Amino acid sequence: MDGVALLTVFVLAAFVGYEVISKVSSTLHTPLMSGSNAISGIVLVGTVIIASVAESAVAVTLALVAVALASVNLVGGFLVTDRMLQMFRRRS
Amino acid sequence: MTGDSGTALAYLLVAVCFIVALKGLSSPRTARVGNAVGAAGAVLAVVVILLVERPDRLLAVLAAMVVGGAVGAVAARRVVMTAMPQMVAVFNGVGGAAGATIAALEMVEGTPDTGRLAVAAFTVLIGAVAFSGSMVAFARLQELMSGRPLIYPGARWVFGLALAATVAAGVWLPWGGPTWLVGALVGLSLGLGVLFVLPVGGADVPIVISLLNAFSGITVAASGYVLENTLLIVAGTLVGASGTLLTRLMAKAMGRPVTNILFGAFAGGSTLGGGAETDRPVRSASAEDVAILLGYARKVIMAPGYGLAVAQAQHALRDLAGELERRGIEVSYAIHPVAGRMPGHMNVLLAEADVPYDKLKEMDSVNPEFKTADVALVVGANDVVNPAARSAPGSPIYGMPILAADEAKSIVFLKRSLRPGFAGIENELLHDPKTTLLFGDAKDSLGKLVTSVKSL
Repeated sequence: MDGVALLTVFVLAAFVGYEVISKVSSTLHTPLMSGSNAISGIVLVGTVIIASVAESAVAVTLALVAVALASVNLVGGFLVTDRMLQMFRRRS
Repeated sequence: MTGDSGTALAYLLVAVCFIVALKGLSSPRTARVGNAVGAAGAVLAVVVILLVERPDRLLAVLAAMVVGGAVGAVAARRVVMTAMPQMVAVFNGVGGAAGATIAALEMVEGTPDTGRLAVAAFTVLIGAVAFSGSMVAFARLQELMSGRPLIYPGARWVFGLALAATVAAGVWLPWGGPTWLVGALVGLSLGLGVLFVLPVGGADVPIVISLLNAFSGITVAASGYVLENTLLIVAGTLVGASGTLLTRLMAKAMGRPVTNILFGAFAGGSTLGGGAETDRPVRSASAEDVAILLGYARKVIMAPGYGLAVAQAQHALRDLAGELERRGIEVSYAIHPVAGRMPGHMNVLLAEADVPYDKLKEMDSVNPEFKTADVALVVGANDVVNPAARSAPGSPIYGMPILAADEAKSIVFLKRSLRPGFAGIENELLHDPKTTLLFGDAKDSLGKLVTSVKSL
């Protein structure tokens, strides 16, 4: 994919992100931060790609460490967000 | 490298899942389902990548995923809600580190063109800053190191030089710089992150966390560009937008420009004051007196601050609210955006204490209500109700939007002592004739109030 196509994706995503996030309830700003943080854990996909093409032993090791770190972010992020969101209840 | 169109379609679906997850957060009703959709998207992405890439190191990759996932799951389950800012800081940090590693390895072993090399250098820089900066922020919040801004002679010059060296390395690399420069860039960027966060102290750390959140998102988006992976670009950009917006909201809630918060300490303008006790007269009362004031009110607004969480008194506050409601009194909670240690933190702390979310009112919607409130009960808060923010142009908090507690018919402060708050400024409201102080630990005082209201 060429640079311009990637740039297009980036710019459009920035607009969508701004629109969606400016509508987030301020009550939920902490879950927004942990939830968006979980989404950035999808960098796991990138670490798996790099782990499969790495050549030297050092590079493979580093890539596997990155896989583990991204997994912490992805799994922990979604779970902790869910834990917080289940506490928000309406008047009973 | 993005593989066939099937993979691309799957990525598109995952990106939509992430947008749905964020959209769900527009209301607490839909938020949990949204988060589950986001998680499902993440699972799909991971399955696809494991199938498509067919790494000959599948077992090693899976093992690393299991280890990391287990660590994340345990941390997510164990963390206490008051420690959420530290938790988010760590997650930001590891995400940034992962993105920086991708870019660094691609620079060393891949064959990117100049443009992609430039983006890779940028990814390493910002990802490493997100990592080391987050670790310092974590140490601060976890009280492994002092919360005071760390200023040393020439801090401005050290930071400036480090920044210049880092940028120089980042610019040289794509234009034929030697491979060892990648290592130098990593080291310099890590140092830069530390230098960046050290001078930011105490109450300003939440802003830094929001900003590092944005940095980790930008890292992921940039690493997506390096790998030509649209999913990483979309996901990272969404996070970058979220972090940027939250940073600006927090700065607005503090009434200060972001640059002042981040670099104010360099200029010697830290807002952390000394905190001496005042000897001006105040009116204090017993729990029984305050209970009468509350028990015969029609409308009470609670204004909780972080002191409430420090005293672990959220449940006691909820109990008092319940007791007042049983007497037919209208109770709501006024939440200042910087009441906690990160954006929206106080809402989570009160939700954990079973306060229904429809009683949590944000500043702009609750402020007009103070005029008709009989009692404003301020617990563990100080600066966010200090009228000096409106009336004293010389005050460090001047310009910060505050809760209009001073407009209530009477004001009750639950305070440990007369020590000023974080900003170290005297609060005129404490000496107002309408104000009553109840001294003591917030949890004890609230417990006594519950008992006294019950026996009215």
